[in-house]
Amino acid sequence: MAKLKPLEHRHYAHCESGVVTALLRCHGLDLSEPMVFGITGGLTFAYIPFIKITNMPLISYRMLPGSIIKGAAKNLDVQFRTRRYREKEKALAELTTLVDRGEIVGLQTSVYWLPYFPPEMRFQFNAHNLIVYGREGDEFLISDPVFEHPVRIKADDLQNARFARGRLAPKGFIYYPVRVNPSIDLREAIKKSIKRTVRMMLYAPIPFIGVKGIHYMGRQIERLKIREDPRYVRLFLGHIVRMQEEIGTGGGGFRFIYAAFLQEAGRLMGSTRLEEASRMMTEAGDMWRRFALACARACKSKTGDFDAAEIAQLVQKCAIQEKHVYSHLKSIKL
Amino acid sequence: MGVIMKISEVPQDDIKTLNGVKKALYAVDDQGCYAKTTTGGWEAEEVVLNQVIGDFDEKAGETASRVRNNETSPIEYFMYKNWMDSPTLAQAMGLYHWQVKRHFKPSIFKKLDDRTLAGYATLFRISVDALKNFPGED
Repeated sequence: MAKLKPLEHRHYAHCESGVVTALLRCHGLDLSEPMVFGITGGLTFAYIPFIKITNMPLISYRMLPGSIIKGAAKNLDVQFRTRRYREKEKALAELTTLVDRGEIVGLQTSVYWLPYFPPEMRFQFNAHNLIVYGREGDEFLISDPVFEHPVRIKADDLQNARFARGRLAPKGFIYYPVRVNPSIDLREAIKKSIKRTVRMMLYAPIPFIGVKGIHYMGRQIERLKIREDPRYVRLFLGHIVRMQEEIGTGGGGFRFIYAAFLQEAGRLMGSTRLEEASRMMTEAGDMWRRFALACARACKSKTGDFDAAEIAQLVQKCAIQEKHVYSHLKSIKL
Repeated sequence: MGVIMKISEVPQDDIKTLNGVKKALYAVDDQGCYAKTTTGGWEAEEVVLNQVIGDFDEKAGETASRVRNNETSPIEYFMYKNWMDSPTLAQAMGLYHWQVKRHFKPSIFKKLDDRTLAGYATLFRISVDALKNFPGED
């Protein structure tokens, strides 16, 4: 095993990019969280009407869970050791052996079973990432990237969290780098990842992904029948905002973290046009926040006296702004 | 509720749903440089979270009286109490949806074996006794 730098707990916006950023730093590659999020191609938009979660369509502002780990392997030349388990006991035994010999590992867990989460956040969400960096008796030492300070968790609770069933079941998923290239050519990786994100956001072959997906969501909102079923309409708008603003998104549906990436990339490559793209993306994030605010107001309104067309208009503006960003990015010769 | 994401204007609404937890995020300073900062939450996110929790609580309340009228089993009540719907509950239990729906029937619930009951109780973070003996009053 290569010599690791001791883990220094830091507070991150998003769990998976936070864990990967922290793991890479322990292995000698010191990148910012936005850089990791951007380079691994974390950004997307998806509105999948036929996949339902508690009776609401699947809406995501970021790529599938696990894609940042995969993206780091692909774009940053990191080799991970990963494993899922059938037997709970074996997973615990291996975790114990690993941390006792000083390894620092990432785990996929369910927030439903993590006692240190605020009670109001403990939904059935099975794709939360955290770091285990040590053990004291029956307790594991946890660096959870979306919390300000390190925490501890009892082995039993951790076992429940690692073996929660349901959608995106973690099955004890554990991962840690075994080989990291500290002199990776970031410029090449940045170019490749931006190209990939632009292609997906502008030219996805199905209408539910990227800019087309945002327009699609706008049309769905426009069609809402407030008078017929005001309860559903409020829940639907609330659902979108939760996907966009909840813990782990960095606000504005990951648009600000991506804007931070574009700015850092622009400085690294000496490209003022990339920095310009960053400002445009910040503007998109602000538009998403305005949309969220309008939805929250609609949710609070007891009388249902809000205009779905107006809210839909705000989403269409986000789509148009994002199209500007990606077209601008596409025009940059990197 | 502020909107523009400048560090100085990041919402600090100290929302109850975050329970004192601070979130990290990226925002621009006065020079337009992105930096990491923290927020105590935004009122908008609290509104939408309380809304969905309120909806589940409402369903739990309605279900409680149906349990007392012997129209459904306590499983359905505790499902809403833990913010799940029946497909989510089925997945979390590793069962088929129809099986869970069947367990909602009071007559079937009474005959459930201890292992199944223990499975539900663990998921609901309560004892088997609490699952079996639904209180007559709130």
